Amino acid sequence: MHYTEAESELRALMLRGLDGDQVAYRTLLERLSRHLRAYLLRRLQGWPDDVEDLVQECLLAMHNQRHTYQSDQPLTAWVHAIARYKMIDLLRAKSTREALHDPLDDDSELLVDEQAGASEARRDLGGLLQTLPDRQRLPIVHVKLDGLSVAETARRTGMSESAIKVGIHRGLKALAARIRSTAP
Amino acid sequence: MKTDDLVSLLAKGLTPVPRHAAAQRLGLALAVGLAAGLLLLVLGYGIRPDLARAAGLSMFWVKLLVPAAIGCAGLLATHRLARPGVPAGLTWLGVFMPVAGLWALAAMVWMAAPVPTRPALLWGSTWTTCALSIAAFSLPTFAGALLALRSLAPTQARAAGAAAGALAGGLGAAVYALHCPELAAPFLAVWYVAGMAIPVLAGALIGPRCLRW
Repeated sequence: MHYTEAESELRALMLRGLDGDQVAYRTLLERLSRHLRAYLLRRLQGWPDDVEDLVQECLLAMHNQRHTYQSDQPLTAWVHAIARYKMIDLLRAKSTREALHDPLDDDSELLVDEQAGASEARRDLGGLLQTLPDRQRLPIVHVKLDGLSVAETARRTGMSESAIKVGIHRGLKALAARIRSTAP
Repeated sequence: MKTDDLVSLLAKGLTPVPRHAAAQRLGLALAVGLAAGLLLLVLGYGIRPDLARAAGLSMFWVKLLVPAAIGCAGLLATHRLARPGVPAGLTWLGVFMPVAGLWALAAMVWMAAPVPTRPALLWGSTWTTCALSIAAFSLPTFAGALLALRSLAPTQARAAGAAAGALAGGLGAAVYALHCPELAAPFLAVWYVAGMAIPVLAGALIGPRCLRW
């Protein structure tokens, strides 16, 4: 697809997502995850196993920082800057670690397949989610996994509706922070 | 968790987000910093008693407006650097041009002044406290701007920290100017610039540490 056409479609989806349109937002994230996967596979040829984890980290970061997107800016530039930021973070962590431990495995670069589909993520996001405190975990599990409404979740957990919203917001940020601190 | 599951987790129960979050949060930092600075001025340092007379002097306005211009450019730069994919661009010029102008003015005054009067133009009577006072005045805005940046998404942490420092330093120096008795351009070119440079350097140093996300 032509670049500008994809850009304007993705941007329209993003703007609808920012207004709370779940369907548009889901479509956007699905398309972005394919773009991100292809982008990161090309750049992380030495570490194909890390690609899916990084795709997930980028998606979570974009979601948590979506308030920093301003409609006068190309969405592609915003997404690219976030992906680059997260990739550099990963490479920095790796170079620190691998300089200390194992040498770079050059052979593996030859054997990288042309993967198009999602591979299995190595990091257990579901497990990390379970480590969050209840005031964050329960709102995320009920609203974001089980699809209950905020009101229903408030009734079941005995929390206020605003506490549910705050819990989701802070919980997803805390999840991103746990990903950072458990970086490979 | 599979990526598809993460996508549906993120999309489910989506709430609308307010637009212009970066501008709002930085605006709040600016308002709080300005209020705290004025409070420190009125209760701690005291407004210079001859303010009305000083307002008739062009150097008083140079002293007020050069830092204010730097603060504005710092605000623009911070607002840009707070968002992924938006480079600071030419906003850095807005930080450096007022400094360059002040230095040029100071050089002219210095050259034109008779040699025996030059030390007074440089040291004034408050050089020992000027730079540190400006740094103190900039502290509330600096803290506020860094907090705002932490809730946003700077991808160039060092530059963003420095920009927050320019915003805070410029604003702090402009407020301090309402107390400061000095009027010589060489004094301003050295001590005001040094005072504003403190938060800029501090921001560049701690940015990479405290602005990770």
